[in-house]
Amino acid sequence: MHSVYSFVTGPMVWVAFGVFVAGCLFRLVVLLSQVSRKEPFIFSYMNLKWSLRSIGHWIVPFATVNWRRHPVLTVVTFVFHICLFLVPIFLLSHIVLVDEAWSISWAALPDGLADALTLTVIACCLFFLVRRIRSPEVKFVTYPSDYVILAIVAAPFVTGFLAYHQWFGYPVMFILHVIAGEIMLIAIPFTRLSHMLFAVFTRAYMGSEFGGVRKAKDW
Amino acid sequence: MAEPAEEKEKKGLDIGLEKGVSKLTPEKIEQTINDVLDKECGPRFKTYVETCIHCGLCSEACHYYLSHDNDPRFSPVGKVKQTIWEMLRKKGKVNGEFIKRAAEITHTECNLCKRCAMYCPFGIDIAYLMTVVRRIIHKLGCTPQYIQDTAHSHSVHYNQMWVKGDEWPDTLQWQEEEAQAEIPTLRIPLEKEGAEIMYSVIAPEPKFQAQLIYQAAVIMDQAGVDWTMPATVGWDNSDMAMFTGDSELMGRLKRAHFETAARLKVKRIVMGECGHAFRSVYDMGNRWLGWQMPPIPIVHAIEFYAEILRAGKIKVAKKFSRPVTLHDPCNVVRGGGLHEDARYVTRQLCETLVEMHPNREHNYCCCAGGGVINCGPPYKMKRIEGNRVKAEQLFAAKARGAEVLITPCHNCHSGLHDIVHHYGVGLEIKFFGDILYEVMEKPEG
Ligand code: SF4
Ligand code: SF4
Repeated sequence: MHSVYSFVTGPMVWVAFGVFVAGCLFRLVVLLSQVSRKEPFIFSYMNLKWSLRSIGHWIVPFATVNWRRHPVLTVVTFVFHICLFLVPIFLLSHIVLVDEAWSISWAALPDGLADALTLTVIACCLFFLVRRIRSPEVKFVTYPSDYVILAIVAAPFVTGFLAYHQWFGYPVMFILHVIAGEIMLIAIPFTRLSHMLFAVFTRAYMGSEFGGVRKAKDW
Repeated sequence: MAEPAEEKEKKGLDIGLEKGVSKLTPEKIEQTINDVLDKECGPRFKTYVETCIHCGLCSEACHYYLSHDNDPRFSPVGKVKQTIWEMLRKKGKVNGEFIKRAAEITHTECNLCKRCAMYCPFGIDIAYLMTVVRRIIHKLGCTPQYIQDTAHSHSVHYNQMWVKGDEWPDTLQWQEEEAQAEIPTLRIPLEKEGAEIMYSVIAPEPKFQAQLIYQAAVIMDQAGVDWTMPATVGWDNSDMAMFTGDSELMGRLKRAHFETAARLKVKRIVMGECGHAFRSVYDMGNRWLGWQMPPIPIVHAIEFYAEILRAGKIKVAKKFSRPVTLHDPCNVVRGGGLHEDARYVTRQLCETLVEMHPNREHNYCCCAGGGVINCGPPYKMKRIEGNRVKAEQLFAAKARGAEVLITPCHNCHSGLHDIVHHYGVGLEIKFFGDILYEVMEKPEG
């Protein structure tokens, strides 16, 4: 038990962060180098103003026709993505870990709020799960991997919540939580979670096409 | 442009597709798919496939999906799943039946209208993914017969409708003579080097809508425009090769078009009211030839009419009195941003504009574009049933008073004709050119 503990909280953390950072960089470098080799025309259409115009509309809730068509999904999507970053970065126990290691710290969320936001993320995941199962247009394009991806994202929050409340045995839950977090970090660059990296590029390209060539809105 | 189609048959035999599929071998399928996906496609394709999170948010963009009571097989991403994803998952090891279905999906269940690109949060271009499938179908020799026949015509005659060399100047001369009965001094200037404008059309105009050339000639004449038309190939700006995935042929056609304009030393190319041709010269063909934007500026008829009306070169004698509604063709609106110009022209020519909803960039496609209508009679009913929402949209505009439907695109014109007819919408369909010709000041008119 102790050796598992020290492994997942020691070397494994480094491996996970390393794979995450290097993986993301690798994917981006490969993307850009392939574009310049095989489809360099894409760069010639890319335009900062049109890119930002498009991204700007799509990162604001209800700023696009399609966001307005799906009010519940829109709220869930935005809340989910915001909490997904907010909770792990501003969680007191995470900050304490960083502080202990490098003496760097920043403002933390109050524990009660963090707890509520964690539950929010879990609820959002459940919403996505139900939507996948219940909406025919989503179900039709759902593969087992979609459930796996959802589980990968939900797991750190579920285990974190359980560990914080010390249900089902703290040490085991804590180890599971750390492992779940590490799996998620490693998965981001190599699964469809990579939309975290690529969404900005696909949106920017479509925005540039619509702005510069098509002279039309893309939202 | 449409072939006149048989109404009765819902879905007949498509020889091109059936025969093409019967000749396939598993090895050929596998190799062709992998060649296209691995070698021809690049990071754009890969990124689109890998970034899509299977959320289904693009579904409601598609008129096929909406018209089939939200059947997921018709959602944009649903079509990608049934084609691209399966090809990738099986690494190209799919059978002939799959190819047949893929050909039907990409050629007759998607108009490449790009509306879904405006509904996907990531801006994934599903129309592009569908053209990749069409490219595979083309390389496998399984393109639906009717559109392939059109591509053959392009290949032989550099036009869409098997118009032979001498038929073209003959038709122009005929229309010139007809128009001279109305305006004796009118000319259709052929091969005038150094003219400001080359006017190009799609082959269905000389083939069976010659009055459109007549009208254009009158408009040009009265506006006092320095224009010309070529007597050689290059006069036709249409392009079905773009829709069959025969990019090499597309390049050949567009090169002929631009080189003809360059040979005539014109400053601009003005084109008739056609959407797909605009896509071909402004978006796809020019890029295939390596031009970021068209090498010679392209002016679509909508823009041209707006220009001559703004400049006061054409005066309106009496505005068109019947209330009109306006269909925004995908290729010139979502593809060229001409929606405000179209409204300007409408207001100049007509007394009342009743907007249909949705409109502008969000308008529903006519379901004829993207080469779908060119796949011919076997798919006519599928095309009409696939666009019930269009009929509903038109009925709503009619209920608010519209009597005439302005449609500045040939494909839309034919497609909407079928829809209006089948659903009994009861709107009369016109081009801008029809109305402009009718309401403009003419010598003895
Ligand atoms: S028809 Fe238009 S909306 Fe439907 S899938 Fe094709 S491009 Fe997308
Ligand atoms: S909306 Fe975009 S990400 Fe979602 S399923 Fe459609 S193409 Fe994929």
